[in-house]
Amino acid sequence: MSRQGNGHKGNGHQGAVKLTRKDFASDQEVRWCPGCGDYSILAQVQKVLPDLGIPREKFVFVSGIGCSSRFPYYMNTYGFHTIHGRAPAVATGIKATNPDLSVWVITGDGDGLSIGGNHLLHTLRRNVDVNIILFNNRIYGLTKGQYSPTSEFGKRTKSTPFGSIDWPLNPLSVALGAGATFVARSVDRDTKHLASVLERAARHKGSSFVEVLQNCNIFNDGAFEPFAGRTVRDDRLLYLEHGQPLVFGKERNKGIRLNGCRLEVVQLGEEITESDLVIHDERADEPNLAFMLAHLDYPEYPVPVGVFRAVEKPTYEELLEEQIQTAIRRQGEGDLEKLLHSGYTWTVE
Amino acid sequence: METTTVVEERPQPRIQELETVTIRFSGDSGDGMQLTGTQFTNTTALAGNDLATLPDFPAEIRAPAGSLPGVSSFQVCFSSHDIRTPGDQPDVLVAMNPAALKVNLPDLVEGGLIIINTDGFNEVNLKKAKYDSNPLEDGTLARYRVYKIPITSLTLKALKDVNIPHKQAERCKNFFALGLMYWLYDRPIDATLKWIERRFADQPELIQANQTALRAGYAYGEATEMFTTHYRVRRAAIEPGVYRNVTGNEATALGFVAAAQLAGRPLFYASYPITPASDILHALAQYKNFGVKTFQAEDEIAAICAAIGAAFAGDLGLTGTSGPGLALKSEAINLAVMAELPVVVVDVQRAGPSTGMPTKTEQADLLQALFGRNSDSPVAVVAPATPADCFIMAIEAFRIATKYMVPVIYLSDGYLGNGSEPWRIPSLDELPRIELKFRTDPEGFYPYLRDERTLARPWAVPGTPGLEHRIGGLEKEHITGNVSYDPDNHMLMTQLRAEKVARIAEDIPDVEVFGDPEGELLVVGWGSTYGAITSAVEHLRARGASVSSVHLRYLNPFPRNLGAILSRFEKVLVPELNYGQLALVLRARYLVETISFPKVKGKPFKIAEIVHKIQEVLEQ
Ligand SMILES: Cc1ncc(C[n+]2csc(CCOP(=O)(O)OP(=O)(O)O)c2C)c(N)n1
Ligand code: SF4
Ligand SMILES: [Mg+2]
Repeated sequence: MSRQGNGHKGNGHQGAVKLTRKDFASDQEVRWCPGCGDYSILAQVQKVLPDLGIPREKFVFVSGIGCSSRFPYYMNTYGFHTIHGRAPAVATGIKATNPDLSVWVITGDGDGLSIGGNHLLHTLRRNVDVNIILFNNRIYGLTKGQYSPTSEFGKRTKSTPFGSIDWPLNPLSVALGAGATFVARSVDRDTKHLASVLERAARHKGSSFVEVLQNCNIFNDGAFEPFAGRTVRDDRLLYLEHGQPLVFGKERNKGIRLNGCRLEVVQLGEEITESDLVIHDERADEPNLAFMLAHLDYPEYPVPVGVFRAVEKPTYEELLEEQIQTAIRRQGEGDLEKLLHSGYTWTVE
Repeated sequence: METTTVVEERPQPRIQELETVTIRFSGDSGDGMQLTGTQFTNTTALAGNDLATLPDFPAEIRAPAGSLPGVSSFQVCFSSHDIRTPGDQPDVLVAMNPAALKVNLPDLVEGGLIIINTDGFNEVNLKKAKYDSNPLEDGTLARYRVYKIPITSLTLKALKDVNIPHKQAERCKNFFALGLMYWLYDRPIDATLKWIERRFADQPELIQANQTALRAGYAYGEATEMFTTHYRVRRAAIEPGVYRNVTGNEATALGFVAAAQLAGRPLFYASYPITPASDILHALAQYKNFGVKTFQAEDEIAAICAAIGAAFAGDLGLTGTSGPGLALKSEAINLAVMAELPVVVVDVQRAGPSTGMPTKTEQADLLQALFGRNSDSPVAVVAPATPADCFIMAIEAFRIATKYMVPVIYLSDGYLGNGSEPWRIPSLDELPRIELKFRTDPEGFYPYLRDERTLARPWAVPGTPGLEHRIGGLEKEHITGNVSYDPDNHMLMTQLRAEKVARIAEDIPDVEVFGDPEGELLVVGWGSTYGAITSAVEHLRARGASVSSVHLRYLNPFPRNLGAILSRFEKVLVPELNYGQLALVLRARYLVETISFPKVKGKPFKIAEIVHKIQEVLEQ
């Protein structure tokens, strides 16, 4: 029997040794379909982790079920491939137990928004300090091609031969609605951008939610090609930058302006200049702008990518620890003997 | 000036000795019957009696005043000898209104004593209780000894000099009733007087009012000629020690806190509110200074998943629920089975499938606990037998879970959870140790390399350098823990998971036979039926019947000696608060004929029911 792999790779403690992306690759053969967007996300995560200054043993990758959820097996960190949709709940328990860990949740559009939608909402609402990466391929990959909660209306799949009659969810607006403190989007093949978004998510204190538009070349090939394809993306993606006007286009000649309560695309020129455009503010207390941006969609609008929202709020595990410390300060460290004897007691001689 | 007081000549009431008395206090949910019962219980404990209690409150949060569903009652049984149940039938019923009388009368023993607050019996209340005529006048109560007392007006009269609003004065009537019962059963009132002082420390007029009402009730018993007898129940021979009353849910919470202290790791309790388990969440949420983390999850699935996450990360991961919640947790329990993590799942069982009868008791989740998951899914199952036993079994659940790296289901029920009994508080050195072994050495580490004796895999928590590894619900390769679809490996792992749980039998006490080790009939019970079964068997043995009993607190695996014991009896009777679940398992496991004696009425067994059944079986 081969006794390699799980938990037996690398040389234990790294101390001050600088880690590299190789340190984060496990010896398990990666089993996604050739050409799947998941490879690229894996590569970017492995690239980003060494720069965070966190020792390898402190990373935990928790996933649900789906192609995407195979992710932890390929990371040479602690990993837990749990059950369908429940990874955020498992991650909450891990983080509450040991706030010192860097906990990542890997989920899919079905895993995170269908069966596990409830846990996603509540984890975000509590602001548990975990990084949730949702691989959105707008399809159920692992079960071989049924439509998902993010599939477009009318989509023909194995389970919707006549077209889907469900309206899709917008993952970002779900996250914003739940009060997430960090909300971002990127694209699997836009590697530099993806790496930068992942790094920011990792450094954010509190729940980070990142939607990665991920190509499933087997069951939903080219889903994002019309706007995220290499040749068109400069014109059809809107790269958000905090404090900067919303400008896009290869020639940087288009922008987003507020007209009444709606965002509109404008051509920059003599009449309209950058000073007329909306300035991106990811730190706004109110998520209104982020919400409006989350709803911009191709072809009427460019598709925004980058950080939509990044605000500070105490994390769940901090507040939990604080309550414990306050209780200890007020009541003293728990004394079992005293506890057992509390309330009304009497002595039998 | 000299005054002389004329003392009316009256015969001193007789004191009659009784062995055991069961009293049920009942009234509207606003009448303070739970409090009255608790005070009576505490005073009775001080008087040195053995006792057991059972509260029964309305399912509705605010049922209409005076209505039948709004009746709240509290039963206490006390005795000069060892008792194990709150009593089959009350000997005494205190009824503060017609609804309370109507609901509780059918339970009262023939010829029992009824104390009625006649002020509660007005037109409106009679109608709300759906009485067509007044039961105090129409002969309904002819078979009982009835004391009709205008408790409310007597209370108001006693409080006429106390400066509180009329409404509040009226509310003191439960203390009047309590005072009267103290006189009737010859108990001192001091403990309650003191309690009132503490309870209303910042409201002096309420101290005065309640204490006055209590004294007035006591004096009323003494002064009226209504009662020709009062009663005395002598001290019981009770093991010396410091005692307190605990409900099963309280003892469960305390047991888990103790387990965490004994193990030296924090307790992480995740739960979603559900009757009758919520009190465990409420209790544990107060123990923050013990480092207890409580997490009210978004649902039962999240609760167990968070507990599993906590277990993975090295805390004592615990989740608690009732039957419907256990159903939701089943997929995640299997994750813990596969990942071999020490999570404990409390099920405070309640009656019926689906929502059933949430406030009523049953022990019908046994098969769910043993088998209610996909595929072969062995978990350990334990079940406390009495409210106080909940404490020890909670510790036991974590001892097993952490030693064998296995999920443990802990089956309590509504009757245990809400019922209470005196508990001799153990000293800390009487408690078992829980030794946790966290793996830290990377040398030779494999996530599924097992301990030879227990078959437990190593507990290697995130944050430990050099032990990075991946676990999950996919089948694991023996030793390495890598994902494996190998057919022989799956067979091997299935065997290992089963064998691991089976080996726990080496590590739990043999079950003790109550009575002779062999004979005509063995009664086998588990969980909360302990009191009724043991009392019934004791009763019949005293009359020469060839009957013994065993009570199972370990349901998976069973104690090693159970098979041999079963084989030494001609017949095996299995009373359970379900439709025959343990009977089925015993039959399958030991190939014995079992006579099932099911009761599914949302109520515990009465001793008499089991006595009759045993007699019937012995006569066959
Ligand atoms: C309880 C349960 N129900 C259903 C499944 C089957 N199942 C596995 S993955 C999946 C959908 C995954 O879709 P998604 O989350 O989008 O992940 P992808 O494969 O696309 O990455 C389903 C329905 C399961 N594993 N568990
Ligand atoms: S099915 Fe789609 S998502 Fe799954 S591995 Fe293949 S390409 Fe990737
Ligand atoms: Mg998908």
